[in-house]
Parts: sequence; C-alpha cells; structure tokens
Amino acid sequence: MHKFTVPIGPQHPALKEPESFNVLLSGERIMKFSARLGYNHRGIEKACEERTYIQNVYLTERVCGICSHAHSSCFVQAVEEIAGLEIPRRANYIRTLVGELERIHSHLLWLGVAGHEVGFDTLLMYAWRDREIVMDILAKLTGNRVNYGINTIGGVRRDINTDQIKDVSKAVKKLKERTEYYVRVAKEEVTLIKRLSGVGVLLPKDVLKLGAVGPTARASGIERDTRKDDPYGAYGELDFRVITDDHNDVYGRTLVRLGELLESYKMISQILENIPEGPITVKAPRKIPAGEAVSRYEAPRGENVHYVKSNGTDKPERVKIRAPTLANIQTVAKMLEDRNLADLPIVIAAIDPCFSCTDRLTLVKDVGHGKGRKMRWEDLHSHSIQWYKARGIDFSDLNKKMEKLLK
Amino acid sequence: MIRPAKMIRQVLSSLFKKPATNLYPFNKFEMPDKFRGKIVFDPELCVGCKLCMKDCPAGAINIKKVGEKKFEAEFDLGKCVYCAQCTETCFKKALKFTGEFELASLDREKLKITFNAKPDDTASK
Repeated sequence: MHKFTVPIGPQHPALKEPESFNVLLSGERIMKFSARLGYNHRGIEKACEERTYIQNVYLTERVCGICSHAHSSCFVQAVEEIAGLEIPRRANYIRTLVGELERIHSHLLWLGVAGHEVGFDTLLMYAWRDREIVMDILAKLTGNRVNYGINTIGGVRRDINTDQIKDVSKAVKKLKERTEYYVRVAKEEVTLIKRLSGVGVLLPKDVLKLGAVGPTARASGIERDTRKDDPYGAYGELDFRVITDDHNDVYGRTLVRLGELLESYKMISQILENIPEGPITVKAPRKIPAGEAVSRYEAPRGENVHYVKSNGTDKPERVKIRAPTLANIQTVAKMLEDRNLADLPIVIAAIDPCFSCTDRLTLVKDVGHGKGRKMRWEDLHSHSIQWYKARGIDFSDLNKKMEKLLK
Repeated sequence: MIRPAKMIRQVLSSLFKKPATNLYPFNKFEMPDKFRGKIVFDPELCVGCKLCMKDCPAGAINIKKVGEKKFEAEFDLGKCVYCAQCTETCFKKALKFTGEFELASLDREKLKITFNAKPDDTASK
C-alpha cells in the first residue's frame, strides 16, 4: 500500500497548543509517529535568571496554567532547601491542601477532555460543570481561580479559617458523590469501555524503558508516585494509596485518574481534620546563599523536577524545569505503533499533555558545517517560503489574492 | 454490569433544572472577599522605598517622586498579573487590592492609570 506522511500541527484544529507531529501512514495505519517540540518556547528558564527569587515564584507559577501550584511549590521547595529554611507545619498542610485541590480540578478537566476526544461530549459538559465547584473553592481559599499565588519562600501567603474549612469539606462531599457517579459511568458505560480499551497500549517494560511518569506509568501497573517515594509537604503524615491499574491502556488511565480523585478527597478530609495551629510563614532572606538543589513534586500529570543553583545574590544562577509531559511524550510514539489514525487524538490526550510547559529551545544546526547560525526575522520568513517551495507548496498566489481582497 | 446510555437519566433530568451557567453580563458574578483584583495606591502612606517596584514580577508599578515626601504611582494594568505581591511587600500598606476584575480595554493607554499625589500639597512646596 502507498505510504504517505501527514503533518499534524503546529497549527491544527485537533490540538489545543502548537506542536508538530509527523505521522507516516499506510492506509489508516500509523507506521511511524514523531513529535517535534519547540513551537511555543517562552524562555522561562532564562527569564528566571534575570529576576529575583520572589519574582520567580510567580514566574514559575506561570509555566503551566493548570498545574501552576505544582511548579511554584517545586521551585519554592528547592529555594528553601538551599536557604536551609524549615517551613511551619501549618504552611506545609496548606500547600498540600491547595496541591490536592489542584489535582482534583486537573483530573476533572482531563475527564472532560477525554470524553470530548472520543465523542462523548455529555461527559465533557457534566465533568466541567462539577469542576466549577473546586474552582470556586480555590478562588475562595487563595484569591484566584487559576495561578493561586499561595506560595512564598518560607511558607504560604494566606491562612485558612474555620469557615473556609467548612466550605471545603462541604464541596469535597459533593465532589465525592459526583466522582463516584463518574466511576460508575466509566465501569458500566459500554461506549466508553469499547472505545478506550486496548487503545494506546503501553506495557510495563516500556514504561520503565521510556521513563514515563504520573498516571501514564501508574496505569501500566508501575507504582511510581513522588508523594509516596519521596514525601514532601504533608504527604509523609497522610494515609493514602497509590492508585495503579493493569489495563495498560487509555481505559486504565481513566480509571487511575478517577481513583486518584477519590484518594485526593480522602487526603483533603485528613488535612482539614489534622491541620496544626501555628504560624504560616518564616522569614526568608532576600539573598539566598550559594548552593544548588533538586526538588521533586508530583503534579497531576506526573513528576515535576526543578533544579535551582544560587550564587549568593538575590537572583538564581540557573533554573532548570522538567515538566512531566517531557517524560511522557516519548511514550506516545510507542502507544501509536500500528494503530489507526483515529486513535491519535485520544492517545495524545491520554497522557494529559501540556506542550507549552514542556517546550524546549530547538537549536537548528546547519548540516554542512554543524554550526548554529543567527537569522533575522526577514531571513527566516524568506527561508520558510523557499523551504515550502522546494516541497511543492507555493503560497505566493494565495498571498496575492489575499492582498487584493484586503484592498 | 455493562449497560449502554448510563448517563441518560441524568441528561433527561437536567431538562427540568435551571442552567448551571451564569448569564454573565446581565447577572453579575460576585467574587470572594479576598479576590485579588485591581490594585489601588494611597499616596498619603507611601514613603518611596520602591520595594514594590523591585518585587513586582511583571514590572507593572512605577513610583515617582514628585516633591518633598510626595510620591505618585503609575500602574500598567496590561502588565499586572494580579498576584498582589506588592500589597504584601509594602510595609506602609499604601497598596491594596480590590475585588474589581472587569478591566479589559481595547486601548492600551486606558490600561495605564496614575495615582496622583494630592495636588494642593505639591503646589505649596
């Protein structure tokens, strides 16, 4: 059968963020899948070096819109380790509480997106309606629906009072009821089971080989969870299970995420019951002593890694961020091997990708001399036109028509 | 047990319920009392330490000296990320956040707001 390559992205209606995928097809079957990062690089790591630590808390929070608390906590943990700050227990509990609320909103969001990708839009509508409950709670606790800004170096910025505790436990009760309903839907609804079972299979040995993290790894039976392996925050004092599943496919990933929601509710009620009294912050110096630290955090999508190197000034020397999608994107090629093209949207969505968080700088080297080359915007523009022309795609007629129309 | 159309009962019952969404521009949404909205500046309290300028992650604040112990603040709402770090940095509490969030504008210049120092005092000095 004739083989052909279909480019998907960087601008494509099926993708929510710009990313380029090249799919080699033989009929409907995917022979090869390759992803190319670098379309939404924002230079956050470099920008961190030019800002003070306190500004960087807010900058790293904006790495991701959905797991914003995960990134800022991860950064703050690294800085606190270098500065040798012991943060109050109450602050640790509040951080963990917001982290778990964030996991709930992220997993409910994913459930809706997954429903949408398989054409089950009813699930999208209901899951997102219920997500509003947790968004409202986050707004009440922290002062914003996204980018909560609760972390600061040496603790948290806002305390919680008894009224808020009551609000949270009421909301969690409601959410628990709803999630139990979705678990029943996932286990009984035949269209969902048939559509997701056997799609995007990733065997445990491939998880270990490719280094997948988060629900993607746990759905293949690998018990990999930073909250359990290397407890931070208040997780060491909480009683919870690491949810795993042995379906190894997208259906397993759905069950893992739903199970994690129920575990999160359990953790939140433990936090609300046992939250210790005391201060919420310790005084942090503006200048952080020289040193380096690696910090790990279990974001909703998997393990987040931040590396911070300080040099004794009020600005870090180097900040390195590894978002979970970078670890998981490699697995997509494996999952899609010899599968139908129609499975591509849900398989990509099943790792819960966040491309902007994971994007790297791609340095294009000349094949001739193997050196990097600087290009101005105009050169890049004409280079891209020539590149497409060489491949038989010419936009110049279209451009002229467009200009006429605009006149 | 596997059964099709598991959610149908829920979907049909929603027909007889009020919409879950809010009819926004007509039906105003009230934000929680500690919502971090637009920042306001009180020139009376400012001592001009400029720590807020130093800590602002977005570089949205500009404090200018306009006279002896008189300061005015220029805010760029287009740059502000509404983290309210400045309100915590300010030890004189000259900066406060309000619950105002409907700040969108098509004109960039309208997003720049200046909080002037009291004019009569400046004139006398």
